[in-house]
Amino acid sequence: MTKRDYSLLGPDAERAVEAGLTAAEWYHTDIPRKEMKELMKREDQPAIRDSFVLFGVMIVSAGIGIALWPSWWSAPFWLAYGVLYGSAMDSRWHECGHGTAFRTGWMNDVIYQIASFCMIRNPVEWRWSHARHHTDTVVVGRDPEIVAMRPPALFRIFLNFFGILDAYNGWKRMLFNAAGKIDPEEATFIPESELPKVIRIARIWTAIYAAAIFTAVATQSILPLMVIGLPRLYGAWHHVMTGILQHAGLAENVLDHRLNSRTVYMNPISRFIYWNMNFHVEHHMFAMVPYHRLPKLHAKIKHDLPEPSPSILAAYREVWPALKRQLRYEDYFVRRELPGTARPYREGLHVDLLGVPAE
Amino acid sequence: MTTWIDACANDDIEEEDLIRFDHEGRTFAIYRSPDDEYFCTDGLCTHEQVHLSDGLVMDYVIECPKHNGRFDYRTGEAIRAPVCVNLGTYPVKVEGGRVLIQV
Repeated sequence: MTKRDYSLLGPDAERAVEAGLTAAEWYHTDIPRKEMKELMKREDQPAIRDSFVLFGVMIVSAGIGIALWPSWWSAPFWLAYGVLYGSAMDSRWHECGHGTAFRTGWMNDVIYQIASFCMIRNPVEWRWSHARHHTDTVVVGRDPEIVAMRPPALFRIFLNFFGILDAYNGWKRMLFNAAGKIDPEEATFIPESELPKVIRIARIWTAIYAAAIFTAVATQSILPLMVIGLPRLYGAWHHVMTGILQHAGLAENVLDHRLNSRTVYMNPISRFIYWNMNFHVEHHMFAMVPYHRLPKLHAKIKHDLPEPSPSILAAYREVWPALKRQLRYEDYFVRRELPGTARPYREGLHVDLLGVPAE
Repeated sequence: MTTWIDACANDDIEEEDLIRFDHEGRTFAIYRSPDDEYFCTDGLCTHEQVHLSDGLVMDYVIECPKHNGRFDYRTGEAIRAPVCVNLGTYPVKVEGGRVLIQV
């Protein structure tokens, strides 16, 4: 059984480079250029519509929550506000970070900044970390965004359903950066020219949180923190629930997103919150396609992909036993079978991995 | 000495699109703008050496297919992270229905 070191500065990082797993050529389903151009085409309208709905519901639910405070009748409105703040902002951060949600650049940038603040992810640092996630997806020692490492830290994942570790780490990193410091791991994927921006944004955020805390203390109420900060905890559950399904239990150190990513059919509300990232194999294979065209892309290439999980529950029925098994046997992973119409996995390239059976 | 190289026919490239052109071990991207002008840059993204020919042309911008970094293909200027280093650009002319680049 292989022990893994997920640190970006450890021996697995060196091994990944030696094995040619870094910045490598990944498998893509063939799509004629003309069709691909149609799929990649950008427009503002779908994301403007979704943003009006998102921020409209946030303002109304927070407004009612404040009006009913401190009655328990305010709870459902905080739950709605929280899930939009602590989970929908995760997908907005993601899509606008890619720059694909809107055609107009500044619109992507504005939503990206707001969403980064809500998720406590420094927008400069995380832009680069996510670029690395796309270059070296689930490559041990290279990908800084692996959620379910092996053996999986299940208690840690459980805590993150309430945002506890992510928020704590986000605030800790914010204060660290605000003090003018950069972590050595951050420095492996952020260009030096961008580092002053990391520090500047951390200082602005620290000032905003300080103002919210000051207001809470001055008014002897946690209400200001129910609007800013705490929703990152009480509203995180949805983005963790959907995010785990992206890669957990699947292969590591491969160059084919069909082996390390999972597409899951989801209900319309989850898809709105998640901005269609349930089509995750498709997103990784073609990161240029905006969220609102992922269903079309899925329809076009599904003949070449493993059968999607039919629901969130069904996906957890696959993931949960796999994570439990990885507690005892770290090399275990689920190999998702391809339909007869698909091009097979590159057995030669992945020979060691594909030799490990899944049950 | 620089020379003009015959790269392609002018209608090999759709409007607001690009193609890849390889020459003597180097790779280039040749663009046709929405205004029917032609431009040429290095063919690989300066971030992680991905071929730009699979990317998306929007007006005068080329977006890299891997990480969505953007360049102004008229000047090669890097205009959106994660790209920070500009692309090299090369003179282009169209003669007799052929696109020629000077490299």
